[in-house]
Order: sequence, then C-alpha cells, then structure tokens
Amino acid sequence: MDFDYHTMRAFADSWMLLAMALFFLGVVGFVLRPGARRAADEAAAIPLKDD
Amino acid sequence: MKYTTETMLVGLAAFLALLGAGFAADEPFRAHSYVLFVVLALATIVLMRRIDFSGDKMIPLRADGSQTGPRGGLAAQSQSAATASVAYMDDVVRYGVIATVFWGIVGFLVGVVIASQLAWPDLNIQPWFNFGRMRPLHTSAVVFAFGGNALIATSFYVVQRTCRARLWGGNLAWFVFWGYQLFIVMAATGYLLGITESREYAEPEWYVDLWLTVVWVAYLAVFLGTLVRRKEPHIYVANWFYLAFIVTIAMLHVVNNLSLPVSFLGAKSYSAFSGVQDALTQWWYGHNAVGFFLTAGFLGMMYYFVPKQANRPVYSYRLSIIHFWALIFLYIWAGPHHLHYTALPDWAQTLGMVFSIMLWMPSWGGMINGLMTLSGAWDKLRTDPVLRMMVISIAFYGMSTFEGPMMSIKSVNSLSHYTDWTIGHVHSGALGWVGMISFGAVYHLTPKLWGRERLYSLRLVNWHFWLATLGIVVYAAVMWVSGIMQGLMWREYGEDGYLVYSFAETVAAMHPYYVLRMLGGAMFLVGALIMAFNVYKTIRGDLRREVPMGTQTLQPAE
Amino acid sequence: MTDKKDENLALDGARPELKADPVARGILAHHGKIERNATLLLVLSLLVVTIGGIVEIAPLFYIESTIEKVEGMRPYSPLELAGRNIYLREGCYNCHSQMIRPFRDETERYGHYSLAAESMYDHPFQWGSKRTGPDLARVGGRYSDEWQVQHLTDPRSVVPESIMPSYGFLLNADLDMKDPAGHLAANRAVGVPYDDAMVENAAADLKAQVNPDGDTSGLLARYPKAVVANFDGNPQRLTEMDALVAYLQMLGTLVDFSVYDPQENQR
Repeated sequence: MDFDYHTMRAFADSWMLLAMALFFLGVVGFVLRPGARRAADEAAAIPLKDD
Repeated sequence: MKYTTETMLVGLAAFLALLGAGFAADEPFRAHSYVLFVVLALATIVLMRRIDFSGDKMIPLRADGSQTGPRGGLAAQSQSAATASVAYMDDVVRYGVIATVFWGIVGFLVGVVIASQLAWPDLNIQPWFNFGRMRPLHTSAVVFAFGGNALIATSFYVVQRTCRARLWGGNLAWFVFWGYQLFIVMAATGYLLGITESREYAEPEWYVDLWLTVVWVAYLAVFLGTLVRRKEPHIYVANWFYLAFIVTIAMLHVVNNLSLPVSFLGAKSYSAFSGVQDALTQWWYGHNAVGFFLTAGFLGMMYYFVPKQANRPVYSYRLSIIHFWALIFLYIWAGPHHLHYTALPDWAQTLGMVFSIMLWMPSWGGMINGLMTLSGAWDKLRTDPVLRMMVISIAFYGMSTFEGPMMSIKSVNSLSHYTDWTIGHVHSGALGWVGMISFGAVYHLTPKLWGRERLYSLRLVNWHFWLATLGIVVYAAVMWVSGIMQGLMWREYGEDGYLVYSFAETVAAMHPYYVLRMLGGAMFLVGALIMAFNVYKTIRGDLRREVPMGTQTLQPAE
Repeated sequence: MTDKKDENLALDGARPELKADPVARGILAHHGKIERNATLLLVLSLLVVTIGGIVEIAPLFYIESTIEKVEGMRPYSPLELAGRNIYLREGCYNCHSQMIRPFRDETERYGHYSLAAESMYDHPFQWGSKRTGPDLARVGGRYSDEWQVQHLTDPRSVVPESIMPSYGFLLNADLDMKDPAGHLAANRAVGVPYDDAMVENAAADLKAQVNPDGDTSGLLARYPKAVVANFDGNPQRLTEMDALVAYLQMLGTLVDFSVYDPQENQR
C-alpha cells in the first residue's frame, strides 16, 4: 500500500476534514429543520412520562 | 432463587485462581492470584448460602406462601418470578447506588491520605502504602469505582425509564455489576502489590484488562439490548451520551492496553507501543477517558436527572443533539494537548490545541442547555438542595470546560504543564462536575428506588452541598496558586542570568498549599460521609422531622 | 431479590396530557422489535470517534521511518530493564517526568531537551505528566551510586526539603527477575532490537553488571556505555536497589550531545 505519513496527513487535513464538516453541518441542518420541532418536543418529554 | 450454575462457575473460578497462585511465574502474580482466590471463595460461600436446596418439587412448609426470601414457598416464588419479568429491573440499580456511595468514600479517603503524604512525607509506609502506589489507587477509585458505578447504575435506571423496557439479558446486568466490582478489587489490590502497566488511568495489568473487556462487552450488550426492545419510538438523548460513552471506552480501553505478557502466568507485560507512539496512544486514551467517561457519560446523567428533578423538559432538545455530535466529534482529537512541547511532532500538538479550543463551544452549549432547563423554576433552588447540587455541578462543568481549552493553548500550557494547576483543573472537573452530578443523582434515586416518601433529611443535603462546594473552591484555588507559583519559580532568572531557585526550594514552597489542599479534600470527604448517613437512613425508612428548606430567612451556611 | 415496581411519584407534577397518556404508564410486556436506529446510532458514534484516533495516531507509525535513529541509542541491558520495571512498579512516574521541553530554564536545569528517539525502546514510555519531583530524563551520572542509595533509603537525609517516600526496602529485596531471557524476548516481540546473543546471555549479563571484578567484555560489547558497578554497596547480594540505581545511572546518557546535530533530526 502506498500509504505513508504524508499522504495520510494530506488526506486528513483536506477531504477528511471536509467530509466531517459536511456531516456535522448536515446534522445541524437536520436537527434544526422546521419539521423537527415536534419530534424534539416529544422526545424531550420522555423522562417526565414514566418513572 | 437458585444460583446453582452461578455458584459452580464462581467456585470453579476460585479453584482456577488457586491454581494460578500455585503455578505463578512471578511473585506479584502469585500474591494477586491469592487475592482473587479469597475474593472468589468468599463469593462462593455467599452464593451457596442462597441456593435453594429444596428444589421446585418440594412441598412448601407453609401453604399460604406468606414466607418470602430464598426459602419462600412455591406460590411466592412463582409470583415474584412473574412480576420480575414485567417490572423494571431495579435491584441492580439499588446495589449500584450503594456501591457508588461506598467507593466514593473510599476514593475520597485515599485522596485525603495521599494529599497528607505530600504535606507530611513521613506518612508514607513502604512498600505498600507509598505515594507512588497509592496515587493510582486514588485515581482509579474515584474515576472507575465511584464514577463507573454511578454511570452503570444510572445508565441502567435511565435506559429503562426512557425506553419503558426492562433491562435486556436477565441476569447479565448482575454479571456486569459484580464483574465490575471484581475488576475494581483486582485493580486496587494490584496497585498496592506493585502490579501496574504505569499508564495513567489505565494502570491495571493485562489479565485485569482482559476481564474488564469481557464485563464491558456485557455492559454494551445489556444497554443496547434494552434500547432495541424499547417501547418508546424515540431514543432519548441521555441514552445517546451513555451509548457513546460505552462504545468509545471499549475502543479506547482495547487499543491503549495492547500489550504482550512475559508469561501467561505472570503479571508483567510490555506495551505494544513505544516512545512517541505509546505516549500519544496513552493520552489519546487519557484525554478521552475524561471526554467520554467523565463527560459524555455524566452528560447523559445530566440530561435525565436535571429535567426530572426540576420537573420540566430540557431547555432545548435540539441543542442537546447538536451538543452530542459536536462533543464526540471534537473530543477525540484533543489528546495531544497533554504532550505540548514534548518530542511529539508539532503538527499533532497544534491539531490537539485547535480541537481543544473548539471544544469550548459545545461544552458551553451543553452547560447553557442544562442551566436553562431551570428557567422559570429558579425558585426551586431555594427549597431543593438536590437541584442546587445539580446546578452547581453544571456550573463547575462550565468552569472546567473553559479552563481546559485555555490550558491547552501552548503558551499557557508551557507554564501549567507538570504543575499543580493541572491537578486543580482535574479536581474542579472531577469533584465539581462528576462528583456533584453523581451526588444529585444518588439523592434523586434513593427515595425512588426504595419507595420512600422523601430523603431522610434535606438539611443534611444542604450541609453536604456547602461542605463539598467550599471544599472544591479551597482545593482549586490553592492548586492554582501553588501551580502557577511553582511554574514561575522554575523559570525565574536572577540578575546574574542564573536560575534563582533550586528544584528543592520550589518543593519546600509548596508545603502550606499542600496542607490547605488536604483540608479542602477533607471537607469534601466529610460531605460525602454525611451523604452516606443520609442515604443509609433513607433506605431504612427514617424521616427526620425538620423545618422544610426555604421557609426561614436565608442562612447560607446552614 | 424481588423487583419492586415503582410508583409514579414524579408524574405528580407532570403536565396533564402526559398523565393521561396511556403509553406513559405502560410497562414492557413483550419484546423483540428490532429498531434500526439504535444500531445506526452505535455505528455512527463509533465511526465519528474512530476518525480522530486514526488520523492522529496512525501517521506516527509511519514517521518512524522518517525519524533518523540517533547515534548511541541501544536497548536496555537486563539489569537496567529490571530496574526500569521497579521504577514502574513503585509508580515513580506519578511524580517524575522524563521529558525535557525545549525551554531555556529546563535545558539549563536538566540538560539537552529530550528527543523522540531517546524513548524509542521504552515499552511503555515514561514521559510522565507531573513534576512533584524533578525531571529524571538525564539524571544518569549526575550523582554517585552512594548518593542514589542514600537518597532512596532516606531522601530527607540528603535533600531536607524532599517529600519523597523512602525506598529502603529495596536494599533488602533480592532482585527477582525469574526469566530475564523471557523479558528480553517479550520486548523483542514488540519491536525492541534485542538479538539472539542478548537473549541467550540475559541471565549472565544481569549478574555481570553488578560485578566490576568479573569479565564484562561481553556485556559491554552488547550494551555499550553500560555502567558496571556494585551499585548498592553490598557485593553479596543482587538486590532491587542494584537494579533501580543501574537504571537511574544510565538515564539520558546514551546520546552524546557533543556530536549531536539537531538539523539532521526532524522533530
């Protein structure tokens, strides 16, 4: 495998970084999308339902 | 109940431990095998006393089945079996709460002892009770025994309530509990016997590590199994944090402890890694033990118990999900900040620093989320010292997650590294955040689990609150002063261009601070003893007759 | 051991619609409904937390080839290794670092800053995280054997300000390294370049290093710069004190910094 330190590092601070940032932005967008409010409110009430 | 199979297995394990002692390749392993044998032999005896030798076919002595306990009648047995399969499995949580209180006191006590050893070195008793062997005992007792038991107990409780499902795996949860206690006992006795891998917060040797791996996989199975069989469509966010904690710790534990034993009947092993790689692996583990064991797991606790105690849903559920992903994203990168200016490559140090500073944001997001849960209910702080305990823990969480990123900046770290400042930082996190949120959970759970109307005494909780808070403040403040002072003394140059202080002089300057630090720790310990008393009385069912909190004029130190 | 069903005390304060929810009071009756979400959550979390480790740690295993080996580094002699194991056992790393940072005060106090290559044979590393006592990365040769033994036995007799515990029991503990060759072989298996001669002669080398009157040519050929001495002052016994002092006396002595060129060695 052509898999040395420099290629690893180049990969780490370019594509990997981009992929992670996009994934995270996706999570943020998904969580904050308007339709998510109801589901979030339901989920937030879970601990208070049962004991 | 019958424990025939379990008893035979534990008895067999005791026999194997005895064989291990007989054929040991070195003396530490022999001694440790004897310890294991004694523990398992005692466990066998305890279990044997619980075996129902009468068998199912015996005719019960009393037909009405009013007798309970191990030798109860057939009717009582089948009845309890029926309820057991539909009710929550709470006995293991009850044991967990007691174990949390017990190990907490052990850990704090050893902490006070080693703090005293630093102030008065004559308190070292060679070889078993020297500082070098006692310090891992303190860290492991607090982090793994106290914190670990708190996490296991609360996660078992929370996952059942938020999934509305009984724990998966039947007695597997009991295996997790007792297996974990065995791990603690073996780790602790190992340190005193001088059995250590010398990896901070991962000192147990290879065979104890293997055992923990088995227990941990069982823990993951119980937790995940319960999630899978849940009746609630959503997985509540507390369970996300618990799950991330369990999975990540499994990964960290396995990778960091890769080592080769000299003999399979000997205690000594050599790490699979060396030098730089070993250092980075260890601190990747070490920092994420903080990030996932002491943070993510306890955030799970926060996201359940704070809404419960305040009796209102979390401030922003959506923020909690962003908090989750951001936190687990960033934490895993932060390890190299423990190795600033060492022989670790610069790029790794910088990466660690950048991610550590970014961590500040999700940490404070979580803190705000926790605190704002109380918005509109702040008045409860006056009457409910348990809620107050949880709130101060979140405040300490905010403080130490600000201090941490600051200390990870290279120029700050050049001063703080190797000094007591780090120790102070760790303790404001461990005593303030981890300790207080656990105490809050214990106080919340005890009346619930034992079916009591309320705690024995809220005023004692108030005493605990103030003793612990003052203890932490004293501890952290003293360590700031001593740490920064020693760091500055080490690098102070005189007019003549020579270093001003010899190392020994900087040690001598620490003495008053070490005495004060011990006092701060002792206050924290006394608070925990009060908690133990309160929990004991609550379990017994006693109620202290007292004026309810908040009805008098404000008396801060009451 | 019976499970008690909890009463829903905390529901008392909950909102009315919650109290009315029949599901909220339901308790598990049957199971087996496998949800994809739990597994997905598990897999995603694991993925996210693995990445950081892979990116940060994995490259270090490849730079090994790019870091030049520094002249003078060699594996520990059997006695030094035994001493190192005692250093670990007693938890010395809790208070002593072995990592000198490249600052003026540190290099003046302790010596040349530590190189990555200097801990390349350390399984595990001993960089430490706290300096309750001074750094020991280059303590070798700084004090006499007698001073080391006296200091370990009664620290405050030579350094009044010291808060170090006493380790006098090491003088009375026979060095019990059951299988020196096995220890070397285990190290070799994890990457330390012990050769066959070193493994074969491990037991003999262990004894040879505390006997200045004996034949030490083999030992010194295998382990250049090894200090041969009767470290604990008691020629009758090979004690744990011998081993520990032998280890302390070689710390940081292998690389000759008068001929070391930092430009050649990227850090």
